[in-house]
Amino acid sequence: MNVGTVIGQILVALGAGLIGTAALGLFRLPDVYIRTNAVAKGSALGVMLVLTGVMVLMPSPTTVVTGLLAIAAQLFTAPISGYAVGRAAYRSGVPLAPNTHLDELARYRDQLGRQPGPPLH
Amino acid sequence: MIVLNVVLVVLAAALLATIVRILTGPTHADRALSVDFGFVVFTAGLAVLAVRLSTPALLDLVLAATLLGFLSTVAFAHLVERRAQ
Repeated sequence: MNVGTVIGQILVALGAGLIGTAALGLFRLPDVYIRTNAVAKGSALGVMLVLTGVMVLMPSPTTVVTGLLAIAAQLFTAPISGYAVGRAAYRSGVPLAPNTHLDELARYRDQLGRQPGPPLH
Repeated sequence: MIVLNVVLVVLAAALLATIVRILTGPTHADRALSVDFGFVVFTAGLAVLAVRLSTPALLDLVLAATLLGFLSTVAFAHLVERRAQ
């Protein structure tokens, strides 16, 4: 067991810890907006750490090129998908958690096309 | 190798939480978010399996799954938004 194996396994374990934290947030948090916050950050950083660890564990040119491409794709797409889900949730009228203090978009509700009725089930 | 086995168990637990959220999630937006997260966990599991089974060909699948997950999430979010109007 050389140094590269140890470093790669530490990176993979850290990434899995972040993904587990994001899963805990998805399971426990009260509101789809807060869940979006937890999942978008935790999953993107976690899978980037896992892919970096895999590149360290299997250092070959094809592995590194594929891993870097996957990391770049994840880096660009994960925030956009989290934003798209939050935007769709707000525009379709999903209620905020009861202990929310501030809704800055409430005064633009008419322009956003937010439905006043119950959310989509 | 034992670290990778533990990591695979953690990822399986994360997928279990995702499935629970898909089944019980109160709105369709929760389900769209869960599908996105499930794709990410699946991607990480594929990358770990590529090391565990020492088959680097699985990393091509990681790249495809990343892009497919993004496209499906955006399409699903658009569907949630359209259905509400």
